[in-house]
Amino acid sequence: MKRIDALRRIHPMLDGCAVVTIMGAVAAELQSVGHRPNFFYLQHAMGLASSLGLGLALARPDRQVIVFDGDGSLLMNLGSLTTLARYRPRNLLHVVFDNENLLSVGGFPTATSTGTDLAGIAREAGVPNTALVDTLVGFERAFTESLERDDLTTLVAKVEPVGPAGFVTELGLLENRFRFGRWMTGSTSEEETP
Amino acid sequence: MPVSTNASQAVYDALKANDVRIVSALPETWLVHMMQMAEDDPEMTLVRLAKEEEGVGVSTGAHLAGVRSAMLMQNHGLFASLNGIISCAQLYRIPLLMCISHRGVMGERDPWQTEGGLLTTHVLDAIRVPYETIASAPDAMRRVSDAMTLAYSSLRPVALLLERSLMWEDAA
Repeated sequence: MKRIDALRRIHPMLDGCAVVTIMGAVAAELQSVGHRPNFFYLQHAMGLASSLGLGLALARPDRQVIVFDGDGSLLMNLGSLTTLARYRPRNLLHVVFDNENLLSVGGFPTATSTGTDLAGIAREAGVPNTALVDTLVGFERAFTESLERDDLTTLVAKVEPVGPAGFVTELGLLENRFRFGRWMTGSTSEEETP
Repeated sequence: MPVSTNASQAVYDALKANDVRIVSALPETWLVHMMQMAEDDPEMTLVRLAKEEEGVGVSTGAHLAGVRSAMLMQNHGLFASLNGIISCAQLYRIPLLMCISHRGVMGERDPWQTEGGLLTTHVLDAIRVPYETIASAPDAMRRVSDAMTLAYSSLRPVALLLERSLMWEDAA
Protein backbone atom coordinates (compact mmCIF):
# COMPACT_ATOMS: atom_id res chain seq x y z
CA MET A 1 0.00 0.00 0.00
CA LYS A 2 1.18 3.48 -0.86
CA ARG A 3 0.39 6.19 1.68
CA ILE A 4 -0.87 8.59 -0.99
CA ASP A 5 -3.37 5.99 -2.21
CA ALA A 6 -4.54 5.51 1.38
CA LEU A 7 -4.97 9.28 1.73
CA ARG A 8 -6.93 9.44 -1.55
CA ARG A 9 -9.30 6.73 -0.30
CA ILE A 10 -10.26 8.50 2.91
CA HIS A 11 -9.93 12.16 1.80
CA PRO A 12 -13.72 12.62 1.38
CA MET A 13 -14.22 11.46 4.99
CA LEU A 14 -12.10 14.32 6.35
CA ASP A 15 -14.78 16.96 5.83
CA GLY A 16 -15.71 18.58 9.11
CA CYS A 17 -12.82 16.92 10.98
CA ALA A 18 -9.85 18.72 12.50
CA VAL A 19 -6.88 17.06 10.76
CA VAL A 20 -3.25 17.25 11.95
CA THR A 21 -0.31 15.77 10.05
CA ILE A 22 3.38 15.38 10.75
CA MET A 23 6.02 17.04 8.59
CA GLY A 24 7.50 15.90 5.33
CA ALA A 25 5.96 13.39 2.99
CA VAL A 26 2.61 13.07 4.81
CA ALA A 27 2.03 16.83 4.75
CA ALA A 28 3.08 17.17 1.10
CA GLU A 29 1.01 14.22 -0.03
CA LEU A 30 -2.16 15.29 1.76
CA GLN A 31 -1.78 18.75 0.22
CA SER A 32 -1.34 17.19 -3.22
CA VAL A 33 -4.53 15.16 -2.74
CA GLY A 34 -6.30 18.37 -1.74
CA HIS A 35 -5.70 20.92 0.99
CA ARG A 36 -8.65 22.07 3.11
CA PRO A 37 -8.80 24.82 5.77
CA ASN A 38 -9.47 22.13 8.40
CA PHE A 39 -6.02 20.57 7.81
CA PHE A 40 -3.02 21.62 9.93
CA TYR A 41 0.50 20.47 9.03
CA LEU A 42 2.97 20.39 11.92
CA GLN A 43 6.05 20.98 9.79
CA HIS A 44 8.58 20.27 12.55
CA ALA A 45 8.49 19.36 16.24
CA MET A 46 8.66 15.66 15.42
CA GLY A 47 6.61 13.61 17.85
CA LEU A 48 4.18 16.32 18.91
CA ALA A 49 1.40 15.75 16.36
CA SER A 50 -0.37 13.27 18.66
CA SER A 51 0.00 15.65 21.62
CA LEU A 52 -1.36 18.51 19.51
CA GLY A 53 -4.28 16.30 18.53
CA LEU A 54 -4.92 15.59 22.21
CA GLY A 55 -5.03 19.33 22.93
CA LEU A 56 -7.50 19.88 20.09
CA ALA A 57 -9.64 16.94 21.17
CA LEU A 58 -9.80 18.02 24.82
CA ALA A 59 -10.51 21.64 23.91
CA ARG A 60 -13.25 20.72 21.42
CA PRO A 61 -14.87 17.43 22.45
CA ASP A 62 -17.66 18.10 19.94
CA ARG A 63 -15.24 17.96 16.99
CA GLN A 64 -13.73 14.80 15.47
CA VAL A 65 -9.93 15.08 15.44
CA ILE A 66 -7.73 12.98 13.16
CA VAL A 67 -3.93 12.82 13.49
CA PHE A 68 -1.78 11.43 10.67
CA ASP A 69 1.40 10.36 12.46
CA GLY A 70 4.40 8.36 11.26
CA ASP A 71 6.67 5.70 12.71
CA GLY A 72 9.69 8.00 12.97
CA SER A 73 7.67 10.73 14.66
CA LEU A 74 5.78 8.49 17.05
CA LEU A 75 8.99 6.72 18.09
CA MET A 76 10.22 10.14 19.27
CA ASN A 77 7.24 10.52 21.62
CA LEU A 78 6.07 7.06 22.65
CA GLY A 79 5.02 8.48 26.00
CA SER A 80 2.27 10.32 24.14
CA LEU A 81 0.46 6.99 23.71
CA THR A 82 0.24 6.65 27.48
CA THR A 83 -1.16 10.18 27.79
CA LEU A 84 -3.68 9.58 25.00
CA ALA A 85 -4.79 6.38 26.72
CA ARG A 86 -5.03 8.12 30.10
CA TYR A 87 -7.42 10.81 28.89
CA ARG A 88 -9.04 8.68 26.18
CA PRO A 89 -10.58 11.44 24.07
CA ARG A 90 -13.41 9.70 22.25
CA ASN A 91 -13.16 12.15 19.37
CA LEU A 92 -9.54 11.33 18.48
CA LEU A 93 -8.45 9.00 15.70
CA HIS A 94 -4.68 8.51 15.67
CA VAL A 95 -3.45 7.12 12.35
CA VAL A 96 0.18 6.04 12.09
CA PHE A 97 1.64 5.54 8.61
CA ASP A 98 4.45 3.07 9.26
CA ASN A 99 6.90 2.86 6.36
CA GLU A 100 9.63 1.52 8.69
CA ASN A 101 11.75 4.39 7.51
CA LEU A 102 12.89 7.96 8.08
CA LEU A 103 12.15 8.66 4.46
CA SER A 104 12.40 12.44 4.43
CA VAL A 105 16.05 12.48 5.47
CA GLY A 106 17.23 9.87 3.02
CA GLY A 107 15.72 6.54 3.95
CA PHE A 108 17.12 5.35 7.27
CA PRO A 109 15.29 2.32 8.69
CA THR A 110 13.49 2.84 11.99
CA ALA A 111 13.02 0.29 14.76
CA THR A 112 9.73 -0.87 13.24
CA SER A 113 11.88 -2.36 10.45
CA THR A 114 13.40 -4.74 13.00
CA GLY A 115 10.19 -5.77 14.68
CA THR A 116 8.94 -2.95 16.92
CA ASP A 117 5.14 -3.13 16.83
CA LEU A 118 3.55 0.32 17.22
CA ALA A 119 -0.01 -1.03 17.33
CA GLY A 120 1.11 -3.42 20.06
CA ILE A 121 2.78 -0.60 21.98
CA ALA A 122 -0.39 1.51 21.69
CA ARG A 123 -2.51 -1.41 22.92
CA GLU A 124 -0.28 -2.09 25.91
CA ALA A 125 -0.17 1.65 26.65
CA GLY A 126 -3.90 1.41 27.18
CA VAL A 127 -5.30 2.78 23.93
CA PRO A 128 -8.70 1.04 23.90
CA ASN A 129 -8.88 0.39 20.15
CA THR A 130 -5.91 -0.47 17.98
CA ALA A 131 -5.54 -2.00 14.55
CA LEU A 132 -2.75 -2.91 12.15
CA VAL A 133 -3.56 -2.92 8.44
CA ASP A 134 -1.45 -3.40 5.33
CA THR A 135 -3.93 -3.19 2.45
CA LEU A 136 -5.92 -0.30 1.00
CA VAL A 137 -9.21 -2.10 1.52
CA GLY A 138 -8.25 -2.93 5.08
CA PHE A 139 -7.19 0.65 5.75
CA GLU A 140 -10.38 2.16 4.39
CA ARG A 141 -12.51 -0.27 6.41
CA ALA A 142 -10.55 0.26 9.64
CA PHE A 143 -10.58 4.06 9.16
CA THR A 144 -14.34 4.09 8.62
CA GLU A 145 -14.96 1.83 11.61
CA SER A 146 -12.74 4.01 13.78
CA LEU A 147 -14.68 7.15 12.89
CA GLU A 148 -17.98 5.40 13.61
CA ARG A 149 -16.75 3.93 16.88
CA ASP A 150 -16.72 7.24 18.77
CA ASP A 151 -13.72 6.22 20.85
CA LEU A 152 -9.96 6.71 20.88
CA THR A 153 -8.27 4.56 18.24
CA THR A 154 -4.67 4.13 17.10
CA LEU A 155 -4.67 2.74 13.56
CA VAL A 156 -1.28 1.65 12.23
CA ALA A 157 -1.06 1.34 8.44
CA LYS A 158 1.99 -0.35 6.94
CA VAL A 159 2.92 1.60 3.80
CA GLU A 160 5.67 1.51 1.20
CA PRO A 161 8.68 3.77 1.85
CA VAL A 162 7.94 6.07 -1.07
CA GLY A 163 6.99 9.73 -1.12
CA PRO A 164 6.97 12.88 -3.21
CA ALA A 165 10.12 14.33 -4.76
CA GLY A 166 10.04 17.39 -2.51
CA PHE A 167 8.42 18.47 0.71
CA VAL A 168 8.18 22.27 0.49
CA THR A 169 4.78 23.39 -0.74
CA GLU A 170 3.16 26.70 -1.67
CA LEU A 171 1.24 26.82 1.60
CA GLY A 172 2.98 29.05 4.15
CA LEU A 173 3.29 27.65 7.66
CA LEU A 174 1.72 30.66 9.33
CA GLU A 175 -0.97 31.04 6.70
CA ASN A 176 -1.93 27.43 7.38
CA ARG A 177 -1.82 27.96 11.16
CA PHE A 178 -4.03 31.07 11.19
CA ARG A 179 -6.58 29.73 8.72
CA PHE A 180 -6.80 26.43 10.61
CA GLY A 181 -7.27 28.33 13.88
CA ARG A 182 -10.07 30.37 12.34
CA TRP A 183 -11.69 27.21 11.05
CA MET A 184 -11.46 25.61 14.51
CA THR A 185 -12.95 28.58 16.28
CA GLY A 186 -15.47 29.33 13.55
CA SER A 187 -14.57 32.99 13.56
CA THR A 188 -14.67 33.27 9.75
CA SER A 189 -17.79 31.80 8.30
CA GLU A 190 -16.39 31.39 4.79
CA GLU A 191 -13.80 28.97 6.16
CA GLU A 192 -16.26 26.95 8.17
CA THR A 193 -17.06 24.56 5.36
CA PRO A 194 -14.21 22.85 3.56
CA MET B 1 5.38 19.57 53.27
CA PRO B 2 6.74 23.10 53.21
CA VAL B 3 5.39 23.86 49.74
CA SER B 4 3.26 26.97 50.21
CA THR B 5 -0.45 26.35 49.76
CA ASN B 6 -1.14 30.09 49.85
CA ALA B 7 1.30 30.80 47.04
CA SER B 8 0.05 27.82 45.04
CA GLN B 9 -3.50 29.11 45.44
CA ALA B 10 -2.45 32.63 44.41
CA VAL B 11 -0.81 31.40 41.19
CA TYR B 12 -3.68 29.02 40.48
CA ASP B 13 -6.28 31.76 41.04
CA ALA B 14 -4.33 34.02 38.67
CA LEU B 15 -4.37 31.34 35.97
CA LYS B 16 -8.13 30.92 36.42
CA ALA B 17 -8.67 34.67 36.34
CA ASN B 18 -6.81 34.73 33.02
CA ASP B 19 -9.22 32.16 31.57
CA VAL B 20 -6.79 29.23 31.61
CA ARG B 21 -8.94 26.10 31.24
CA ILE B 22 -6.36 23.42 30.37
CA VAL B 23 -3.25 22.85 32.46
CA SER B 24 -0.67 20.29 31.41
CA ALA B 25 1.85 19.27 34.00
CA LEU B 26 4.46 16.82 35.10
CA PRO B 27 4.56 16.29 38.86
CA GLU B 28 7.29 18.17 40.71
CA THR B 29 7.46 18.83 44.44
CA TRP B 30 6.77 22.56 44.25
CA LEU B 31 3.79 22.04 41.96
CA VAL B 32 1.85 19.35 43.85
CA HIS B 33 -0.71 21.74 45.38
CA MET B 34 -1.35 23.50 42.09
CA MET B 35 -1.83 20.20 40.31
CA GLN B 36 -4.27 19.08 43.00
CA MET B 37 -6.19 22.35 42.62
CA ALA B 38 -6.45 21.77 38.89
CA GLU B 39 -7.52 18.15 39.45
CA ASP B 40 -10.24 19.19 41.94
CA ASP B 41 -11.58 22.03 39.79
CA PRO B 42 -14.46 20.96 37.53
CA GLU B 43 -13.80 24.00 35.31
CA MET B 44 -10.20 22.91 34.65
CA THR B 45 -8.81 20.06 32.57
CA LEU B 46 -5.55 18.74 34.00
CA VAL B 47 -3.38 16.76 31.59
CA ARG B 48 -0.75 14.73 33.40
CA LEU B 49 2.10 14.19 30.98
CA ALA B 50 4.72 11.49 30.56
CA LYS B 51 7.26 14.10 29.46
CA GLU B 52 6.98 17.86 29.50
CA GLU B 53 7.44 18.42 25.76
CA GLU B 54 4.04 16.81 25.16
CA GLY B 55 2.57 19.84 26.92
CA VAL B 56 3.76 22.13 24.12
CA GLY B 57 1.67 20.07 21.72
CA VAL B 58 -1.33 20.00 24.04
CA SER B 59 -1.20 23.78 24.52
CA THR B 60 -0.76 24.37 20.79
CA GLY B 61 -3.83 22.26 20.04
CA ALA B 62 -5.80 24.01 22.77
CA HIS B 63 -4.83 27.43 21.44
CA LEU B 64 -5.75 26.58 17.86
CA ALA B 65 -9.12 25.44 19.24
CA GLY B 66 -9.58 28.74 21.05
CA VAL B 67 -8.95 27.57 24.62
CA ARG B 68 -6.37 29.14 26.94
CA SER B 69 -3.90 26.83 28.61
CA ALA B 70 -0.71 26.78 30.65
CA MET B 71 2.15 24.40 31.32
CA LEU B 72 3.33 23.66 34.86
CA MET B 73 6.80 22.19 35.03
CA GLN B 74 10.23 22.24 36.61
CA ASN B 75 13.12 24.01 34.94
CA HIS B 76 14.34 20.59 33.82
CA GLY B 77 10.99 20.22 32.11
CA LEU B 78 11.80 23.40 30.21
CA PHE B 79 15.07 21.80 29.11
CA ALA B 80 13.20 18.65 28.06
CA SER B 81 10.75 20.75 26.00
CA LEU B 82 13.18 22.86 24.01
CA ASN B 83 12.62 21.41 20.56
CA GLY B 84 8.86 21.64 20.96
CA ILE B 85 9.06 25.24 22.14
CA ILE B 86 11.28 26.22 19.22
CA SER B 87 9.88 24.16 16.36
CA CYS B 88 6.23 24.15 17.36
CA ALA B 89 5.31 27.06 19.65
CA GLN B 90 7.75 29.61 18.25
CA LEU B 91 7.65 28.45 14.63
CA TYR B 92 3.84 28.63 14.66
CA ARG B 93 3.55 31.72 16.88
CA ILE B 94 1.66 30.10 19.73
CA PRO B 95 0.97 32.13 22.91
CA LEU B 96 2.33 29.50 25.31
CA LEU B 97 2.37 30.32 29.03
CA MET B 98 4.97 28.26 30.91
CA CYS B 99 5.00 28.34 34.70
CA ILE B 100 8.37 26.94 35.70
CA SER B 101 9.55 26.06 39.20
CA HIS B 102 12.99 27.59 39.42
CA ARG B 103 14.95 24.83 41.13
CA GLY B 104 18.66 24.70 41.81
CA VAL B 105 19.23 28.28 42.90
CA MET B 106 20.20 29.82 46.29
CA GLY B 107 18.76 27.74 49.11
CA GLU B 108 18.54 24.53 47.07
CA ARG B 109 19.35 21.45 49.15
CA ASP B 110 18.97 18.79 46.45
CA PRO B 111 22.37 18.36 44.76
CA TRP B 112 20.78 17.01 41.58
CA GLN B 113 18.99 20.31 40.95
CA THR B 114 22.04 22.54 41.14
CA GLU B 115 23.39 22.21 37.60
CA GLY B 116 20.08 23.11 35.99
CA GLY B 117 19.71 26.09 38.30
CA LEU B 118 22.78 27.65 36.72
CA LEU B 119 21.27 27.52 33.26
CA THR B 120 17.56 28.30 33.43
CA THR B 121 17.62 32.01 32.69
CA HIS B 122 20.43 31.61 30.16
CA VAL B 123 18.42 29.03 28.23
CA LEU B 124 15.35 31.29 28.25
CA ASP B 125 17.49 34.17 26.99
CA ALA B 126 19.10 31.97 24.34
CA ILE B 127 15.75 30.91 22.90
CA ARG B 128 14.39 34.45 23.31
CA VAL B 129 11.55 33.58 25.65
CA PRO B 130 10.64 36.62 27.77
CA TYR B 131 10.35 35.79 31.47
CA GLU B 132 9.52 37.32 34.82
CA THR B 133 9.90 35.89 38.27
CA ILE B 134 7.16 35.51 40.85
CA ALA B 135 8.86 35.88 44.21
CA SER B 136 5.86 36.44 46.49
CA ALA B 137 2.17 35.54 46.45
CA PRO B 138 0.77 39.09 46.18
CA ASP B 139 2.68 39.47 42.87
CA ALA B 140 1.07 36.42 41.28
CA MET B 141 -2.05 37.99 39.80
CA ARG B 142 -0.20 40.89 38.17
CA ARG B 143 2.65 38.75 36.86
CA VAL B 144 0.39 36.08 35.38
CA SER B 145 -1.89 38.68 33.79
CA ASP B 146 1.07 40.54 32.31
CA ALA B 147 2.60 37.30 31.00
CA MET B 148 -0.66 36.27 29.37
CA THR B 149 -1.10 39.72 27.85
CA LEU B 150 2.36 39.62 26.28
CA ALA B 151 1.91 36.02 25.10
CA TYR B 152 -1.24 37.01 23.20
CA SER B 153 -0.01 40.35 21.87
CA SER B 154 3.30 38.88 20.65
CA LEU B 155 1.94 35.41 19.81
CA ARG B 156 4.99 33.85 21.41
CA PRO B 157 5.85 31.62 24.36
CA VAL B 158 6.48 33.40 27.67
CA ALA B 159 7.73 32.07 31.00
CA LEU B 160 7.13 32.77 34.67
CA LEU B 161 9.75 31.52 37.09
CA LEU B 162 8.21 30.39 40.36
CA GLU B 163 10.91 31.23 42.88
CA ARG B 164 11.90 29.45 46.07
CA SER B 165 10.83 32.47 48.12
CA LEU B 166 7.33 32.04 46.66
CA MET B 167 6.90 28.27 46.74
CA TRP B 168 8.93 26.97 49.67
CA GLU B 169 8.26 27.77 53.32
CA ASP B 170 11.45 26.92 55.14
CA ALA B 171 11.26 26.41 58.86
CA ALA B 172 12.58 29.56 60.50
